[in-house]
Amino acid sequence: MLETVDPRINIIDKRLAGVKRIIAVSGGKGGIGKSLTAAVLALTLSGLGHRVGLLDLDLSAPSTHVILGIEGLYPEEEKGLVPPEVHGIEFMSIVYFSGDNPTPLRGIDISNAMLELLAVTRWGSLDFLIVDTPPGIGDATLDVIRWLKRAEFLVITTSSKVALETVKKVIKMLTELNVPVIGVIENMRRWDSKPVREELKGVPVLGEIGFDDKIEDSIGDVNRLLKTDFAVKIKEIALNISLDEKALLR
Amino acid sequence: MHEWALAEAVIAAVIEESRKEGLKEVTKVKLKIGELQQIETEIFEFALNELGKVQGSVAKMEVEMAVERAVFRCRVCGNEWDLRETPGMSEEETEAIHLAPEVAHAYIRCPSCKSPDFEVLHGRGILIEYIKGR
Repeated sequence: MLETVDPRINIIDKRLAGVKRIIAVSGGKGGIGKSLTAAVLALTLSGLGHRVGLLDLDLSAPSTHVILGIEGLYPEEEKGLVPPEVHGIEFMSIVYFSGDNPTPLRGIDISNAMLELLAVTRWGSLDFLIVDTPPGIGDATLDVIRWLKRAEFLVITTSSKVALETVKKVIKMLTELNVPVIGVIENMRRWDSKPVREELKGVPVLGEIGFDDKIEDSIGDVNRLLKTDFAVKIKEIALNISLDEKALLR
Repeated sequence: MHEWALAEAVIAAVIEESRKEGLKEVTKVKLKIGELQQIETEIFEFALNELGKVQGSVAKMEVEMAVERAVFRCRVCGNEWDLRETPGMSEEETEAIHLAPEVAHAYIRCPSCKSPDFEVLHGRGILIEYIKGR
């Protein structure tokens, strides 16, 4: 055999064999609530009785640990890395290893870091693995499509023309690649703005979430977070997602 | 002990690749291991043997491993240096890099200009260079 092979790629499917559904939370722009959605969706699905994992793949700017108030934890080393369970969620992030240090990663580094995490993380038996991805259609999203072949995308946007412009491209790319799209969530809605559902014809809009002033004060406090209007709306969406496995846009 | 996880990946890849090549038995595999992975080669070899011996087609394969020196090049000033020349990393930092090698970018800076923007020229990841069999 002449070609070199990276064996880490071959083990990814086995590592995810016990996961029923993989949901990648994506979007066009930063600061629109992807990480918040991923974290609250994971908490909510767990609260509904599902077994849930949360994987933060925003490798240069991980933030789900901040949203969930996670600190002082480390994965257990047992023939790989076993993600710690926190708030009922199996949680994995590069932040365990990078700590407070800035971790500037270029494309090849992002792919390698992601590959390593996917190859060595030993998830338990899960109903849902929620994956927080960085914005846009860059390296991490392309690698999620390449390596997490069963991933369904949940796309977050605001009604801003700037966010919509990019999110349309994200959805177009996912559709072209035959990647399942669960639907779109419109976040930070101002009630006088034109609804996103009018702009994104043909794509299911799963919910419209108004701008929630209480969110910022709830960051890091799971109990307060789950009482916000944002979390209430995410719960409605989570119920739909958990019940409606077949209504995927392909 | 993430050596076990990587050994499991190697066994799975060797079995899959040997099937593609139509091999019934794998006699030898050559691995290139990046120094940045900081793998304990004894544990890794033990794990490969333990995991391989219950898999018929790879049960008797010989494993040859070569550790490739980790060499970095600064994208800002062009300086090249290797992992051993990287000054003063703590045990915790070394352990973090062992478990997630790309976090080298969190702890290593160019010794010349202090930039974190460097590329890993050699010595990252793990590769199967060839498989021999019949």
